[in-house]
Amino acid sequence: MRPPECYHRGGDSPWLIVGSILRLLPYLRRYRRAYAIGFLSVVVTATLALLAPLVLQYAIDDLGRSITHRKLAFYAALLVGLALVGGVARFLMRRVVIGASRHVEAEVRDDFFAHLTRLPLAYFRSRRTGDLMARAMNDLESVRLMIGISVIDAANTAVVFTVAIALMLSIDAGLTAMALLPLPAVSLAVRWFGKAIHARFQLVQAQLSEVASLTHEGLSSVRLVRAYGQEDAHVARFADATRRYFARNRSLIRLQAAFYATMTFSLGVGALLVLWLGSERVVRGELTLGEFVALTAYQAMLGVPMVAIGLLTNTIQRGIASWKRMLEVFDESEAEGVPSRSGEGSAETPAHWKVEASSRPGAAAGLPRRGLELEFKNLTFSYGPGLPAVLRGVSFRAEPGQTVALVGATGSGKSTLLHLLPRLLEPPPGTVFVDGVDVRQLPLEILRRQIGFVPQEPFLFAETLAGNIAFAPAGEDGGGSARVREAPPTAVELLSGGFDLRGTGTFHLGPAVTDAVRRASAIARLDPEVEALPRGYETPLEERGLNLSGGQRQRTALARALVLDPPILVLDDALSAVDTRTEAEILEGLRGGAASRTTLVAASRLSTVREASLILFLDEGRIAERGTHAELVALGGQYAGLYSRQVLRESLEAG
Amino acid sequence: MPDTLRPERGAESDWQLLWRLLSYLRPYPWQVAGGLAAVTANAVLQLAPPYLTKIIVDEHVAAGRLEGLGGIALLYLITLTAAALLEAAQTSILQLTAQRVMFDFRVQVYRHLHRLDIAFFDRNPVGRLMTRVTSDVDVLSELFTSGVHAIFFDLFTLAGIVFILVSLDWRLALAAFSVVPLVGLITRWFRRNIRKSFRDVRAWVARLNASLQENIGGIATVQLFRREAINQRRFAALDAGHRDANLRGVFYYAVFYPAIEIVATISTAAILWYGGAQVMGGALTLGGLVAFLLYAQRFFRPIADISEKLNGVQAAIAAAERIFGLLDTQAEIRQAPRLGAPPAPRSGQAEGGREAATSISFEHVSFAYDGSGDVLRDVSFEVRPGERVGIVGATGSGKSTVINLLLRFYDVGRGRILVDGRDIRGIPLPELRSRFALVHQDVHLFSGTIASNITMGSEAVSRESIERAVAAVGAGPFVSALPGGTGAAVAERGATFSTGQKQLLSFARALAFNRDVLLLDEATSSVDAETELAIQEALLAVMAGRTTIAIAHRLATIQDMDRILVLHKGELREAGTHGELLERGGIYAKLWTLQYNPNPSLRPGS
Repeated sequence: MRPPECYHRGGDSPWLIVGSILRLLPYLRRYRRAYAIGFLSVVVTATLALLAPLVLQYAIDDLGRSITHRKLAFYAALLVGLALVGGVARFLMRRVVIGASRHVEAEVRDDFFAHLTRLPLAYFRSRRTGDLMARAMNDLESVRLMIGISVIDAANTAVVFTVAIALMLSIDAGLTAMALLPLPAVSLAVRWFGKAIHARFQLVQAQLSEVASLTHEGLSSVRLVRAYGQEDAHVARFADATRRYFARNRSLIRLQAAFYATMTFSLGVGALLVLWLGSERVVRGELTLGEFVALTAYQAMLGVPMVAIGLLTNTIQRGIASWKRMLEVFDESEAEGVPSRSGEGSAETPAHWKVEASSRPGAAAGLPRRGLELEFKNLTFSYGPGLPAVLRGVSFRAEPGQTVALVGATGSGKSTLLHLLPRLLEPPPGTVFVDGVDVRQLPLEILRRQIGFVPQEPFLFAETLAGNIAFAPAGEDGGGSARVREAPPTAVELLSGGFDLRGTGTFHLGPAVTDAVRRASAIARLDPEVEALPRGYETPLEERGLNLSGGQRQRTALARALVLDPPILVLDDALSAVDTRTEAEILEGLRGGAASRTTLVAASRLSTVREASLILFLDEGRIAERGTHAELVALGGQYAGLYSRQVLRESLEAG
Repeated sequence: MPDTLRPERGAESDWQLLWRLLSYLRPYPWQVAGGLAAVTANAVLQLAPPYLTKIIVDEHVAAGRLEGLGGIALLYLITLTAAALLEAAQTSILQLTAQRVMFDFRVQVYRHLHRLDIAFFDRNPVGRLMTRVTSDVDVLSELFTSGVHAIFFDLFTLAGIVFILVSLDWRLALAAFSVVPLVGLITRWFRRNIRKSFRDVRAWVARLNASLQENIGGIATVQLFRREAINQRRFAALDAGHRDANLRGVFYYAVFYPAIEIVATISTAAILWYGGAQVMGGALTLGGLVAFLLYAQRFFRPIADISEKLNGVQAAIAAAERIFGLLDTQAEIRQAPRLGAPPAPRSGQAEGGREAATSISFEHVSFAYDGSGDVLRDVSFEVRPGERVGIVGATGSGKSTVINLLLRFYDVGRGRILVDGRDIRGIPLPELRSRFALVHQDVHLFSGTIASNITMGSEAVSRESIERAVAAVGAGPFVSALPGGTGAAVAERGATFSTGQKQLLSFARALAFNRDVLLLDEATSSVDAETELAIQEALLAVMAGRTTIAIAHRLATIQDMDRILVLHKGELREAGTHGELLERGGIYAKLWTLQYNPNPSLRPGS
């Protein structure tokens, strides 16, 4: 789910602000009962709190006249009774309303996350991770404050104000007016100071991030600074920035000091007026002592809501601003062809790709038994309008079961070409075909299920090794099903009865998954090292798999691509960190199942591509040479030059 | 040395840490005294309004006397004004002092970091060290701003209230205090649970953050392997954990404050019941009872507040422990005792005609980084004053280590390094390093100006020598095209400059410092042919009259050196001029063929 788009977007006019708030309603609607209970509790809490001074009033008045011990005990018991009921209501109000806001927070964040995962890859190129994270965490926090604590504050303020003022009026209208005298001043002061403090606070934060970036700069260039012996100059520079931070803090602190003083004073003035004028009236006999005490108590109670009104407007302003920042992300359109929400987009897998359940592990996933034919037709591609073409007029075909290799310098377009096949980049229509079908016509879920992709820099997740290898969902309905909680489990989860949140627990792999993981790891030549680990495939990986070597990470990524035995395998310079001998073994293993898959491989090391059915030498986005290894060496062109240099390098490494 | 930032000795107790923290207040005796005075006075003033109320009720209201009432009201107004002013004074004095202390802390930590071994930086990622300088110090400031003084304030207030209550009527006070044990129990329950709840919430936030980071960073893999739905479900599970941990916190708060409120009311009821009886018996005035009730209501808030603030103090102590752990880490490479005055930095005469030049010799040097295998094995060579030596070798051959050892970023494992015949371990670090100018492959530019990048903040480099250095390396044309010339702003990491331009600026830096020995660490890789030509010329200018050690990957840049050393797998395998080494047909010759393959169809660089 994401917030409905029927309302206006963006902008700052009041209607647009209302529009963006309305988009929160669907989330809140589910908790309308909680909010109703919460509101009721607020009314009870406030009313009871207001009754307590009334009891004191009667008790004191009675003490002045005539009273029995029993009556006194009754008043005392009444006080405690009211406090008990009030306490329960107060508990409910916090628990229910803030609880609801926590639930809404989690739901919005789930939706936000789900939406992020469906955005096209290009979106992430222009975004900083930190910024998106800040929206998911900090901005959502401001939104939550707006729909949680400030709802209570607002209701409480309204009730206390109405009831307290009504009660005070019933005692003495003139004194009530006196008691309320500081009200406008207090509210205005809170608003004004709130804004000014917020502004200065942001200046302080900006300077703090300046200090942080100087720190980063200094600490990451520590060798250079030391070589030139300029430590002191750097410390001085840092001290300067820190001093400015201090100065900005000083102006913030002065403002805060003035603010607190103003509050203390203006709230006190109200108390003083009631005390002074009230006592005069008592002396003149216009007011009883009990009424007088009650009035003072009510006046004291008005202090909190007076402050709250000012704070409330600030909280709501910040909440709205944050919610708008979140809506910006929600309003980004999802990648084309994602069968995202209601599932209406999920087309059928072409019938002839399906197989009668049999030999391969991917059979359950409805994968075909043979490799699929790939074709690139006159493909020209650039990263954006006005940018130079990265690929120019590339045409070739890979027959089922063939291996086609791409060779060329860095920046020659190999990696771009590979990214177009699973539509990580969107190719122009009519240029990339799988089994004769334009990839743009295929639902992403189905297209990507056919492809095992091993990227240049593998990305491993902080879960177990087995979880990283058996990474792709095996079921028919993988991609983006409608309801988050109904997503199919991975095979590992199915067989281990749930997954471990911290990624450190133990899995008990069922035999089927173990087999698939083992088979894939064997081809990727990962198995000997894994078996030497004390926890084997259940070894938990650190963030990004940093507890593995570069070569191990690459081989894990290869095993991940092979585990479902897909009909198309794409290797994007995927073995660069693996040593030559292991690489040879892996290639040998891959040839074992070669007939059942079509392979597209980019490599900077030519040993990887020697046996390919077809080698394409890319030069600045064009196919400059094509043929088998023998043909290209015989040609004596760029490929041959590259080859002779590599032979030499190998001999050097060996020496 | 055990890793990182934990203190090596037994951990200091909380009190010791607190004491050490407070010692940072020593430079500010007046502010501390003033702040404490303001806090005390303010706490005392807080007690005035109820007392004045008592007088009003007893002497005026009850007695039916109007005269003098205005005076009391005026007194009330004065106290109010004084309280407001004291509030302002207290806030600004205490917070400003806290900020001063934080300033001292930050600068001390940062300066300390600049004295620690380079090896320390190999072990500790920059991100972690930054946390010490920024957020940990911020947590500390909480202690000085809201923590300590608020707790003092609350304690003063409490003490004052207790004093007044007891002096008003000690039996009534006992009745009021009868609920204190209950408050203690509730508070203990709350503190224990809320602390655990905070910890839980922090842990869940960390997990949420990690998951967000992982999924955004690995979005391509997530989408390729159709993991969207599964990862959404997992994220939702983490989110639910985070929510539930927070809900537990909400529960504790939701119980705590009402519970304190109820207890406070019980106390009020007890006062009313017992005190009322006293009034009936004539042992207490009605005004006394009213005043008593007003004081008693102020008694419970500070108790609740203190228990909440103690959590902040706890967090600050934990941060202090980490910071002190860092400050207690000592560098292993220390400055040798200074023998005589350090030589004044030589600058301002960048042009040729130099004579001073340093000799360097490595004698059987072996070295290993932290426990791993030897990076250098029994390496010996000598560089004569003014000689230009190139060092080549494949990646991992140990080339850069030579420079790291020479600058004493690390100490040699075995053997020794002599500069002008003296073991470098006997030369004070500033004196040793003042002989070298270093130019790195990855040019590091700082935010600031061109000029500040060349001087790196050093006052010893004159304006004139900056301009001269810029001109000498051929950076003149592009620098003068910038608005402000050498005063032009440089963005973080010099993002607006090309690689070649950055390279030229780093040469200008080396030239402006006018050092005896030039160290080039892969200084001329990764530029296009045109820039390379400019750089070659700049290099000649910089090397003039200096001893030079140049580490190079691209052999063309060092073929004119007086001598070339070939390192292979940590050993010195060949030495000689370019011609001699080619003739020998060894490693160097192979490297050369590799880079400049005679194959006619091959274009360089592709």
